[in-house]
Amino acid sequence: MTQNIHFDPVRLPPEAQVLRGEVRAFLAEEIAAGSFNPECETDNDGFDRAFSQRVGAKGWIGLTWPKKYGGHERSFLERYVVTEEFRVANAPTRGHFVADRQSGPMLMKYANKDICMDVLPRICRGECCFCIGMSEPGSGSDLFAAKTKAEKSAGGWRVNGTKVWTSSAHHADYMIGLFRTSPPTEENRRHGLTQFLVDMTLPGITVNPVHQMNGSHDFNEVVFDDVIIPGTHVLGDVDMAWQQATSELAYERSGPERFLETFYILVGLVRLLGANPDLRGAEGIGRLVAQVHTLRRMSVSVNGMLQGGKEPVLEGSIVKDLGTLWEQALPAKARDLAAFSDPEAANRISFEEQLEYATMIAPKLTIQGGTTEVLRGIIARGLGLR
Amino acid sequence: MAGEGELGSIVVDTATRIFRDLCDPQTINNAAEESWKQPLWRTLEDSGLTLCWVPEDKGGAGVRIADGFDILQVAGRFAAPLPLAETMLAGWLLAQTDLPVPAGAMTLAPGDDQNEILLDAGGKITGNARKVPFASEVSHLAIVAKRNGDNVIALIDSSDCDISSGTNIAGDAQNDIVFNNVSPVGVSDMPTGLGPEEVMMMGAAVRSRQMAGALAAILDLSVEYSKERVAFERQIAKFQAVQHNLARLAGEVAAAEAVSGSAADAIDRAARFDDAVFLETASAKIRVGEAAGEGAAIAHQVFGAIGFTAEHILHRLTRRLWAWRDDFGGESHWAVKLGARVAMHGADDLWPALASR
Ligand SMILES: Cc1cc2nc3c(=O)[nH]c(=O)nc-3n(C[C@H](O)[C@H](O)[C@H](O)COP(=O)(O)OP(=O)(O)OC[C@H]3O[C@@H](n4cnc5c(N)ncnc54)[C@H](O)[C@@H]3O)c2cc1C
Repeated sequence: MTQNIHFDPVRLPPEAQVLRGEVRAFLAEEIAAGSFNPECETDNDGFDRAFSQRVGAKGWIGLTWPKKYGGHERSFLERYVVTEEFRVANAPTRGHFVADRQSGPMLMKYANKDICMDVLPRICRGECCFCIGMSEPGSGSDLFAAKTKAEKSAGGWRVNGTKVWTSSAHHADYMIGLFRTSPPTEENRRHGLTQFLVDMTLPGITVNPVHQMNGSHDFNEVVFDDVIIPGTHVLGDVDMAWQQATSELAYERSGPERFLETFYILVGLVRLLGANPDLRGAEGIGRLVAQVHTLRRMSVSVNGMLQGGKEPVLEGSIVKDLGTLWEQALPAKARDLAAFSDPEAANRISFEEQLEYATMIAPKLTIQGGTTEVLRGIIARGLGLR
Repeated sequence: MAGEGELGSIVVDTATRIFRDLCDPQTINNAAEESWKQPLWRTLEDSGLTLCWVPEDKGGAGVRIADGFDILQVAGRFAAPLPLAETMLAGWLLAQTDLPVPAGAMTLAPGDDQNEILLDAGGKITGNARKVPFASEVSHLAIVAKRNGDNVIALIDSSDCDISSGTNIAGDAQNDIVFNNVSPVGVSDMPTGLGPEEVMMMGAAVRSRQMAGALAAILDLSVEYSKERVAFERQIAKFQAVQHNLARLAGEVAAAEAVSGSAADAIDRAARFDDAVFLETASAKIRVGEAAGEGAAIAHQVFGAIGFTAEHILHRLTRRLWAWRDDFGGESHWAVKLGARVAMHGADDLWPALASR
């Protein structure tokens, strides 16, 4: 059997490159106005609602969505350009990125019309932050072990339990939560989970910060104590969450955010080693540039193939596997290559700060959104091994 | 091995059929002598594949650059052990000059910094070229030589040269050549926009595409074998460690396919070998070379002892991966050049350069 791993050599269309110019001009203005620091993410936790609203006003959230929901009906390759420019600039997109990438498309597919008409336009305006409530203390890679319970009751569903590692829950207006509505069956242990749209202002929800090892506060514990969620907020079919939401996965796995999270380290390294690096520095930079060029071409290709109606599912998973490993390894490689550099180099101090920051966030890159091991299992299934 | 039509062009299908019929790695591996070679070469020649990059009015098949690269990906899948890529490259180079494009097998010597070849005032060629692929098996060579410091292209009858015997790690001919006052068949000015480095870039892109094909083939073989082989009363494909090794191999295959395909596309679209084509081809040779090393190691691990034998065909592919990654500049060669160029342009130009592709 032939595996047929295939990548069309997709090039970004002219309109996408025009849009890139507009995005860069906007970001340059924002940086000049001091709204964020492009050198590193350390200065903010990536959340800035006013910034998200300015992005929304530009029309760059919900770029691919239908106009009736406040979207702009543009292509996924244009969205790609916006995402990568914001990522490389270290712009504070947490206020809208999750909603734009996955929660919005999820609602479009599984929420009722009223919810769509209410929530989606607010997302597009940058007014609506989402979080994802899947992991629990006893359920990480194995999502189907989730225990947080939603029971039918007067007024809808009564929810009790605890979600954890919930990024941005302390900022979020809504969560898309995965709750147990029935026990698993003998034949199917994945049965019995349901997705809900959760208004984070509902009584009974408590968000407790969980500080990360570098001291920052991104993720949280979210406790549900007799929270009543209206029946209209069920997304898709009750007990059938396991069958839902696979089609967007290739977009989620193959985006530029899957390999560019530490890119500033490479830029910093090139600056540090200067215009005439020694042989070792030149070779090191050359290899890293070749690797990131390769990842980007893979990622653009998957997005272009999706736009063209193909289903490069295996290719998308591979982009995430290779991409997250690359962005994770980059700080250590840059550290080696910087070992003999000029101690007086102009960006020495800022490079060391960037390196410290990137070294401490690197471990998460192959855990969040599904671990390397889980992803390799998915790739193995794609190869027909499981 | 290769599925038909997946590369979407009739010439590529033709190539696939020819290789499947006449270049089966198992048959070639079993053959005591080289009786397979003549029919294969003749068929490739008759179907126009050897000169596919030469326009029709110069005696070639006039195939698109991109299709030619896909033909080479297929040749790589079958570990084709003859000078198809080299003849295509020489034809591509000669067709851009006034020189005739001879029939028969050819190879080329790009005349890089380490191997200077001079054309003197009397029209004679002196110098040497090292490790030229298939030089001992071809009738003509296309070389880049220097005339008063300028690059020229010379077409040379191989029987006029001193050609060493020797093979690369795959056992394919690879020879040092001494040019001792050789009279060329013809000499031409260098076509505009081309020089030794650009010829090296084209060679690097060609080898990248061949390696991508060979990598795809070792993934197919490895996946197939993992489902056949039983250990501890289970298919080895069921062991998570084996699955993860194969997932990593798939990642290397994917990277090689994507970046080599992108480089081929870049050359196909570009009017000249500019900075963008340099980024694409250098990156391809570096990343595919890395994939060749990683990928070959994983495949051998999956196969255990059987893959280490002469009888098994795995080495037909892995040894060519090891050989091809050295041709037209290895990973380190291109990484130093690419890194130096990135450093020269400066940190602020890095992202715009990547994003422009
Ligand atoms: C920064 C960050 C942000 C996050 N944000 C969110 C969020 O917003 N919402 C949310 O729901 N979750 C979030 N998560 C949680 C994340 O999805 C989980 O951490 C992840 O799915 C792994 O689960 P776990 O941490 O429980 O590890 P475990 O599942 O306990 O895994 C521990 C180790 O065992 C391995 N392992 C587990 N199962 C297998 C298997 N079958 N085969 C081989 N190896 C296996 C894993 O690969 C890992 O190496 C976030 C995590 C991080 C680090």
